[in-house]
Order: sequence, then structure tokens, then C-alpha cells
Amino acid sequence: MKALSLIVVLFTGSLLLSVVSLFPVWGNPHSPANANPISQFYINETEELTGVPNLVTAVLADFRGFDTLFETVVIFSAGLAVFSILGRPKRKRGDEKPEEDDPSENLIVIQTCRLVIPIMQLFALYVIAHGHHSPGGGFQGGVILGSSFILWAIARNLPTALQRLSSRKTMILACAGVLIYAGIGVICQALGENFLDYHILHYLLPATDAIMARSHAMLGVEIGVAFTVSSIMFGLYAYLSSQGREEGGL
Amino acid sequence: MIWPFDLVILLLLVVAAVIALRVRDLLAASVVFGTYSFLICLLWAQMEAVDVAFTEAAVGAGVSAVFLVATVFNTRRNSSD
Repeated sequence: MKALSLIVVLFTGSLLLSVVSLFPVWGNPHSPANANPISQFYINETEELTGVPNLVTAVLADFRGFDTLFETVVIFSAGLAVFSILGRPKRKRGDEKPEEDDPSENLIVIQTCRLVIPIMQLFALYVIAHGHHSPGGGFQGGVILGSSFILWAIARNLPTALQRLSSRKTMILACAGVLIYAGIGVICQALGENFLDYHILHYLLPATDAIMARSHAMLGVEIGVAFTVSSIMFGLYAYLSSQGREEGGL
Repeated sequence: MIWPFDLVILLLLVVAAVIALRVRDLLAASVVFGTYSFLICLLWAQMEAVDVAFTEAAVGAGVSAVFLVATVFNTRRNSSD
């Protein structure tokens, strides 16, 4: 059986490798993907139409805004699934304090985390806010923001991190993120345009034209994505590492 | 495109993939899986797909490796096959 599967794997692998030579060369400007009029339109017109130099973000958050909205919903529902499978009814939490670990035991780890976590969070906010001018955006920034909380939970223990961001707040923030994103779309609709057609928002935003309105709306959308992603990432860690009991360290 | 760089990364990728499949210790497998993601991230960055590389570094090498480790701690450490 093992020999048979090895033959199948080798055959499929060599078939795939032999097809690779038919692909267009990397970076070829005349390859079908690059020469297509639709890609040409995005490459040439994006900055004029939206005022956003990073055309990856422009395609992600504006031209294909609907896709990204439902990507956010996918992450949200993945979080919901884990919470509903692993979550269990809370034990009565009277005045019990989270168990204090001896701080002298891992002093170096804790002090290093105290130094690193603010820098991580600042960088995450930069990635979110600057996502339409440089690489980055809501997903990446949200993951970095969420992992700063995860780092605190690993360095200390889970209850200490849950004091900063409880699982209840996690759920509220995740819902808020999706609502921000969808809300921006609904506002566009209310002003008489299509769902997520941002240029109409210049009626609401002072001192912006239709082009800058699209840029600003992209920032709003990225913030919504970051809310959902960061809180779901931390919530997933909290539930996966403690089997939903919300206690103990890793 | 810098081909020696490519060659080294692709070789390490294959090595990491084989180790991740062969090793019996699941914790080691998840750490090697993080390494694999990081190598892929270097490959994206080298092909100037910076946004994708950024996502791979944050999601693939960072958070999903942590999720795997967190899950391994709640199961048995060694795989049976």
C-alpha cells in the first residue's frame, strides 16, 4: 500500500512539475494575467479613481469590497463556531481572583513582554491606518494586535490576559467590526448609491471630494476588519488553549 | 529574481515539509510548520508580493503556529502513526 501511494505521489508530482514549464515567466508583462484589459484598468486607473497608491488594498477594500466583507464574516463565523463548540456555562465567579503566578519566576519574560507589547500594538495600529499607502491593512494589523494579547496570555496566564480583554468584550468587538464594515455599505445605500459604493460618502465627510471619500472609506473598512480579526484571534487562542474553561496558562 | 536565494529557500521548504510530515512529536511538527510558513513568506517577499508576504508572516508563521501549539497541549503529544 505504501509503495502504491508513493508511485501515485511521484507520478502526480512529476506531472505537475512538467506543466510548470508551460507557465508564463515570472514578471512577464505580456502574460495573460498582466495583459488582460481588466488588470490593465486596475494598474493604470486605481490611483486616479481612488487616490490610493497601494492597488492591492484598493482592489481588496474598494473594487472587490463585497469579497472582503464576506471574508470578514468567514473569520467571524469561524470564531463563533469555536466559541459555541468549546464554550461551556460559566462557573460562578464570585470574588475569586485570577491565580497569581510568582512574578520572580519568569521575571525576564514578563519584563520583555512589557517592553515589546506596546511596540507591537503601535505597529499594528500603523499597519491598519497606513494600509492603503504601504503593505498591510486590516487583516495583517488585526492579527498583530490580537497576537499582542496572545503574547501576554502566554507570558503570564490566561486569566491575566482575559482581565484586559474578556471573552464577552471579544464577542462585542467582533460584532462591532462586521457592523462597521456593513454599516459603511448601508450608509452608501442610504445616500442612494450601490452597497459599498464609497464615492457618495463625500456628502457626509467634510472637505473631501468623491475620490478622497473612497480613500477614507477604505480606512473605515480596514478598521472594521481589524476589530473583528484581532478580537477573534485572541478569542480563538483563549478557547483553544484552555478547552473553553478560560483558565490556566499554556 | 535571485536564483541562489530561491534555490536555498526551495530546498529548505522541501526539507521542512518532509520533517513536518515525518516527525512523531506533534509539538515539533507544529513548530516546523511555522518554519515552512516563514520560508514561503520569504519567497513571496522575494517575488515582490509584499502584501501576501505580510499576511503569510502574520497569519501563517505567527498566529496559526500558536493555535497549533495551543491545541497540541490539549491533546496527546505524540501521533500514533
